[in-house]
Amino acid sequence: MSTRQFGEPVQRNADPALLKGEGAFIDDISLPGALHAAFVRSAHARARIRSIDTSQAEVLPDVVAVYTADDIGALDAELPMLIPHPCITSGGKTQRPLARGDVFYAGQCIAMVVAVDRYAAEDACAAIAVEYEPLPVELDLDRAVADGAPLVHDDIPNNVAAHFVQQSGDPDAAFAAAEHTTTVRVRLERSTAAPMECRAVAARWDGVSGELTVWDSTQATISVRGGLASLFDIDEDRIRVIAPNVGGGFGQKIMMFHPDEILVPYAAMELDRPVKYIEDRVENFIGASQERAQIHEISLAARKDGTVLALRDSFVHDTGAFIPYGIAVAQVASTSIAGPYRIPDIWVEMTLVYTPCVQVTPYRGCGRPQACFAIERALDQLADELGIDRTEIRRRNFIGPGEFPYVRDGLLFADGLAVNYDSGEYEKALDLITETVDLASFRTEQEAARAAGRYLGFGLGFYVEGTGLGPYEGGHVKVHPITGKVYVTTGLTSQGQGHETVFAQIAADQVGCDVKDVIFAEGDTQAHEWGVATFASRAAVVSGNAIHKAAVKARARIIAAAANMLETDEDSIELRDGRAWIVDGNRSVSLAEIATASNPLRYAFNEASQTATQFAPASTHDGPPLAEGQAPGIEETDYFSPSHATWAYGVHAAIVEFFPDTCAMEIRRYLCIHDCGNMINPMIVEGQVMGGIGQGIGGAFYERCAFDENGTPLAANFMDFLMPYATEVPDAEILHMETPSPLNPLGIKGVGEAGTIPVSQVVASAMEDALAPLGIAPVRESPMSPDMIHRLLSEARSR
Amino acid sequence: MAKSVLKKAIPATSSDPRIPVTLTINGETVTREASPRLLLSDFIRHELGLTGTHVGCEHGVCGCCTVMIDGRAGRSCLAFAVQADGAEIRTIEGVAAGDGTLHPIQQAMMECHGLQCGYCTPGFVMSMLSYLEETPEPDLSETAIREVLSGNLCRCTGYNNIVKAFRRSVELMNAAEG
Repeated sequence: MSTRQFGEPVQRNADPALLKGEGAFIDDISLPGALHAAFVRSAHARARIRSIDTSQAEVLPDVVAVYTADDIGALDAELPMLIPHPCITSGGKTQRPLARGDVFYAGQCIAMVVAVDRYAAEDACAAIAVEYEPLPVELDLDRAVADGAPLVHDDIPNNVAAHFVQQSGDPDAAFAAAEHTTTVRVRLERSTAAPMECRAVAARWDGVSGELTVWDSTQATISVRGGLASLFDIDEDRIRVIAPNVGGGFGQKIMMFHPDEILVPYAAMELDRPVKYIEDRVENFIGASQERAQIHEISLAARKDGTVLALRDSFVHDTGAFIPYGIAVAQVASTSIAGPYRIPDIWVEMTLVYTPCVQVTPYRGCGRPQACFAIERALDQLADELGIDRTEIRRRNFIGPGEFPYVRDGLLFADGLAVNYDSGEYEKALDLITETVDLASFRTEQEAARAAGRYLGFGLGFYVEGTGLGPYEGGHVKVHPITGKVYVTTGLTSQGQGHETVFAQIAADQVGCDVKDVIFAEGDTQAHEWGVATFASRAAVVSGNAIHKAAVKARARIIAAAANMLETDEDSIELRDGRAWIVDGNRSVSLAEIATASNPLRYAFNEASQTATQFAPASTHDGPPLAEGQAPGIEETDYFSPSHATWAYGVHAAIVEFFPDTCAMEIRRYLCIHDCGNMINPMIVEGQVMGGIGQGIGGAFYERCAFDENGTPLAANFMDFLMPYATEVPDAEILHMETPSPLNPLGIKGVGEAGTIPVSQVVASAMEDALAPLGIAPVRESPMSPDMIHRLLSEARSR
Repeated sequence: MAKSVLKKAIPATSSDPRIPVTLTINGETVTREASPRLLLSDFIRHELGLTGTHVGCEHGVCGCCTVMIDGRAGRSCLAFAVQADGAEIRTIEGVAAGDGTLHPIQQAMMECHGLQCGYCTPGFVMSMLSYLEETPEPDLSETAIREVLSGNLCRCTGYNNIVKAFRRSVELMNAAEG
């Protein structure tokens, strides 16, 4: 047998091209004759537009077209409400491609200029005069919902975009009977994905064939095609959407439509010239989706032994000026709120609030970092109040390995189905991390350090992550007759997760070829017709299993054809090294020969194909060259539609040293235990987890989309929005556990978002532990900037 | 589309004045006309077609556009093309061997999974190349390596594997020389 590729740290097929600068990101694609778009964006958070004067721009020699809401025909309408929900007030507000009448956030598109190059387009934007009547704003979430607060949308009272309550069990009874209750209020700030490649879109219209080609740095090519077909009223077959190399997405590129995704194709059709829009970094900070801002008030009802009986959480969620992605982020937060803990009775209330800021849609983690911060901070406080060790209280509340499936009736997850944890070894993970960190020795060291005036601390955070949501994905496997290479496609897109390698590993195991001989395609609606998108840590689970199922079918066809060609039984065939062999023999046929022979030909192109012509059929059966019901070639398609989400989990811990003089904190050790079921490629899993930790560190210490009181963005570049460099991210140790998921044939769970989730909690908990001798108040906010720490220390000193 | 509308006359290039720029790039000397305000990064990418140099922020923070200018790493988004007149520039396209064999730094990045989306990668490779070429005996401590890498942002990897790749690069380069 060939060595099994599943589970091996196979190097990535995509790397050589990317390393040599041969990647094809959207602005790397040369479109002869392309024009370039730029946008006039609102300078105010909330204002009425008195006038737009484009006359000075239109006369500039290099300007081709200027569009305002008056110039885009039927597109001048509110964009689609992607995920409706009955709890959304008045159906929900979505933005128009170009503002009409009012603007709702600083950065909103008001006009689009198309010119011969980007420099000229930006000149023209500067020549467009917009007169505003600024309106009052309220950015504070608590004040925004109060009576009399300025409204983002005149017809939405109290700025409440949605209100929803979910309940599991009987929390009121549990609270009434509780021996102890505790409440904490936590706040997380707005942040953003900040992919290294900003968003980009290019379009080319072919008036002869009536075909529109759109290159879009989207995570959802097939969905964008559907949306464009609908908005432009063209058949889907006439639209091809391609996401070539994409420089990171992290959820920001799942959101559709950012206005440019519609207006650029529109201009390409209208001008009959290719048009490109390459978002710049400032635009990414002011015009592309953000996330994270929530305030939770969470209460736990417990017995004196630390057993948590019930949880109540009421949180407000900043959805920005629009709510195109529905309640998804808040819903994920609300259903992740009980973490890995048994907590049978749960009440969770969410209030989504319109603010005059760019819209909120999922960013890696999607509500989970917020929920994790809330429950884990509350659990730390409960432990402290009951005099139980913070590690021990978690142990007392874990769902045990024998309790799966563990269902939270009444809590509906983002796939619309009840929360249903499928497998896990939570206590084992906790044991592993405390043993690895050697907590007992650390406590001794900490005591000695304290005596010497140094502040060391330990913190940990546990999380669960519902991954691998439906509805479905497909896999297509075909063996090429000439080369014997194996073509695999699916309907996803990649932003660097190594799909081309992990999916090749899955297919190679069935077909018996080298991983490098699998040619994989995705991110192109012409490569694969059906599918959904890359988001919610679902790619490996859903497409991986679809490709596995298709490859299993292709394997059966290869074996049947090879048995025929080698005149033996199917049981006597084994596949390895790109060939079918007779077991215990030395005769074999190659995949190329098998694929060729499986396709009855009339013409002989080469030596191999001579054996496949209808004059010399490989088939030994009587009758026509293709038997009734048989398809030519080696080609199979299958689909995987998960019954519900599969729940990955993990625990992170850190040992930190805190320096009160500078309010700086150094992470001396960072550990992560992670379990995403069976790993297809541990090297790639580790890369995903470490990348998530890096973003989590950014979120815990530095990253904040700040606004002034007028709603003007204050962090719209990398000087003000501080993303960690290599000097800020610790060298994390990552250990794996593999508890298979029973929900799919490969036993895998998603991993994309995991690393980001618990980092703020770990840092907060470690900081409290380190600073306990100074008597600081509990840490209730993230990010934990030096300013915030200084405030905590000053308050402690003045007490 | 309304077909009665006449197609608009569109100039082939902008009306910016243009002045000649002569520079050597990956060993080849070229002369092109460039607008005085054209960024060096845009000149390399769009005028010369070497699109491996990426643009991540256009304000000199992210390092995606790092190239070597007269032997040292520099941000091509912070210079105008006309300022590079007479300069010798190296870009990611000139790093691998002529037959496509990866440079030890590129090989190490692949072996250590030092890249995911690959957008920042050319900038990292150019920063490492510049440093290792001018530093015969590099300090391989964790702190020193991270300091070398601290001019480049990566949003995918969390940097660990890039640090590993740096060490592996030195091993591979030493082996190649030994």
